Amino acid sequence: MTEPILTTCNLSIGYASPRHSPRVVAEDITTSLCAGELVCLIGPNGAGKSTLMRTLVGLQPPLQGHVLLDGVDIHNLKPKDLARAISIVLTDRISVGILSVYALVALGRHPHTDWTGRLRPEDETAVRGAIEAVGAGRLAHRNVSDLSDGERQRVMIARALAQEPRLMVLDEPTAFLDLPRRVETMRLLKHLARSTMRAILLSTHDLDLALRCADLVWLLPPGGPLRVGSPEDLVLTGAFEAAFRGDGVAFDASTGGFRIEDAGDNPVGLVGEGLPAFWTIRALERERFQVVAQGGDLLNPRIEVVSENGGTFWRSTVGRVVCEHRSLYEVISTLRRVRGDRFITMGQASRKGI
Amino acid sequence: MLKQHHPWKVDRVSFEKEIPSVTSTTVSPSPRQAASVHPDPGAFRRRWGLPFLFFVLMIAFALSLSLGSVRIPLREVVAALFGWESANPVWPRIIHLIRLPKALTAVLAGAALSASGLQMQTLFRNPLADSSVLGINAGASLGVALVVLSVSATGSVFLGLGLLGNLGLVAAASLGSATVLSVVLGVSRKVQSALTLLILGLMFGYVTGALVSLLIYFSIPEQVQAYLVWTFGSFGGVTWGQMKVMAPALLAGLVIAHALIKPMNALLLGEAYARSLGLSVKRARFWTLISASLLAGGTTAFCGPIAFLGLAVPHLCRSLFQTSDHRVLMPAVALMGGALALLADLAAQMPGGRTILPLNAVTSLIGAPVVIWVILRGRTHREALAP
Repeated sequence: MTEPILTTCNLSIGYASPRHSPRVVAEDITTSLCAGELVCLIGPNGAGKSTLMRTLVGLQPPLQGHVLLDGVDIHNLKPKDLARAISIVLTDRISVGILSVYALVALGRHPHTDWTGRLRPEDETAVRGAIEAVGAGRLAHRNVSDLSDGERQRVMIARALAQEPRLMVLDEPTAFLDLPRRVETMRLLKHLARSTMRAILLSTHDLDLALRCADLVWLLPPGGPLRVGSPEDLVLTGAFEAAFRGDGVAFDASTGGFRIEDAGDNPVGLVGEGLPAFWTIRALERERFQVVAQGGDLLNPRIEVVSENGGTFWRSTVGRVVCEHRSLYEVISTLRRVRGDRFITMGQASRKGI
Repeated sequence: MLKQHHPWKVDRVSFEKEIPSVTSTTVSPSPRQAASVHPDPGAFRRRWGLPFLFFVLMIAFALSLSLGSVRIPLREVVAALFGWESANPVWPRIIHLIRLPKALTAVLAGAALSASGLQMQTLFRNPLADSSVLGINAGASLGVALVVLSVSATGSVFLGLGLLGNLGLVAAASLGSATVLSVVLGVSRKVQSALTLLILGLMFGYVTGALVSLLIYFSIPEQVQAYLVWTFGSFGGVTWGQMKVMAPALLAGLVIAHALIKPMNALLLGEAYARSLGLSVKRARFWTLISASLLAGGTTAFCGPIAFLGLAVPHLCRSLFQTSDHRVLMPAVALMGGALALLADLAAQMPGGRTILPLNAVTSLIGAPVVIWVILRGRTHREALAP
């Protein structure tokens, strides 16, 4: 553990209302963010991730408790001093009009420049350094509106970096990105945290990536309390499973991913092993069959995975009919016909958080 | 030298070791990348654009002193300005009493309307905003309508006095816009989002517009015509005496507008980012409204509700300079606004020589096609519209 940059003390977050009693999102949050660490805030939708982040960066007052930056309550700090300590990247795609990447990143120098906003040589160096640090050097004079989502996210991170803060807070920085871009962004952030000794807090729905990259995970279940620990500790203590338990989805501690829990009321036997068998199970589960691997050869219907001369085919036994299939698609189609499906109700939950 | 001061200056060796997929394509500066870092496509425009606009403004200013119902040679214009001997003793008087105050008014009003238009477009993050969204024009119209239309006993006095340049109208317009503005300003201190403020301003506009319609409905045709003439807009009615009030107000508004360039740039990112950059959004908004009301209220009071300049000039400047950076745009819109106001005024009196067309008709007739052309031609016309 390095020195903490930001600490919270019995923090209650939520929304105060003059007429009603305040709506508390989470209470009694006492934790800290340390230099050089990448912290991922995860939790189901509506658990209050954004509220927590907004409170931590001072965009929203806490209901109770304090957010301390180096021991000073952030609400006693001058806005400019706070801006020199904390920078943010928001999740919404903002339209900034016609700005070059360089000009956009230069906006991050706002708390460092004088009232005219003129960039001194050291500001220019900081801007260029921030652009290089996120690997956007060749984009410097491109128009921001011409960038792809991945490039744009990089540039927004560079803008936050140019602010030279001690803590960067990012709200779902990977939300609109494809998988390679997500991995890239997470790696970049992790690297930035390490190499510049900044604290970085980001919220994400990307559980798998968070588990692999985060130094520390803040897990916020609906209604709190906030659980803090290394990703592996939280898995082992069952905190993940508890937080994400929901209709039809469960966190699987053995794989570190989600399992779609559907009432598989149609048992299908499976005979086979290796990679083809694994994906056969996936295909069958997708179709909400209950796969019975042990003693599967006694069941009917059953599927046998047969590997031969480097190729794979499937043999299905349904009643007395035995068929051979060249693809899993055929296997599934056959089973579906047997079950008498008119239409398929898969996929309601399959996109959820995975 | 750069390396030692900047902690984020990434040690490339370790970077590449850790995340090769990122570095190999983007971080290591290949010769091609190193070369493309330097040329900036918009740099030329940004460097020469302002001098160019200043040059255009000067030409337009000279033309507007020289051309009119009587044509005065440029040499004589210069002579009149510096008090030299003139070939025709009437020319210096024309220039001093009519054309110089009119040209100065046009420059100031054009700059003021354009600057306030730019402020409103950025503040409300809305490409269709200009000073009229605050209800300033509507307030001024209501004030003038009240004076011209409702005071039937003294209405003839106004009609007889010649409508433009009448101090009563100026006072009425100022009072009207000041009233609406103080309401909007008062509300703005309570309201969180700029969008709510935008809607409130529009609603105020509708209410005052409705009141004006009512007044018109119950008025006699002469009064209605007097009111309509005011709504046409004109730069010609400002005397040197009125200039002493108008010029300081507009200049003060322009000075505040330029002092707000940095907050305006921060607001390009939206209010949340602006706050995270240390900007007090409410204070910035308050001063922007003060500045915009001085600019637009002052202009409307003395020149009538002049349409279109405030909306169009910021778009033209964004398109010309290819940037939304207010450090470039703010001086640019002031210069271009002044120049276009002069040219519009010239166009309004050119055709017949004797008759003067309504200024508002000219600004819109010439301005709208120009803006359409610029926007359709623009490479990123969707984004060019965004503030």
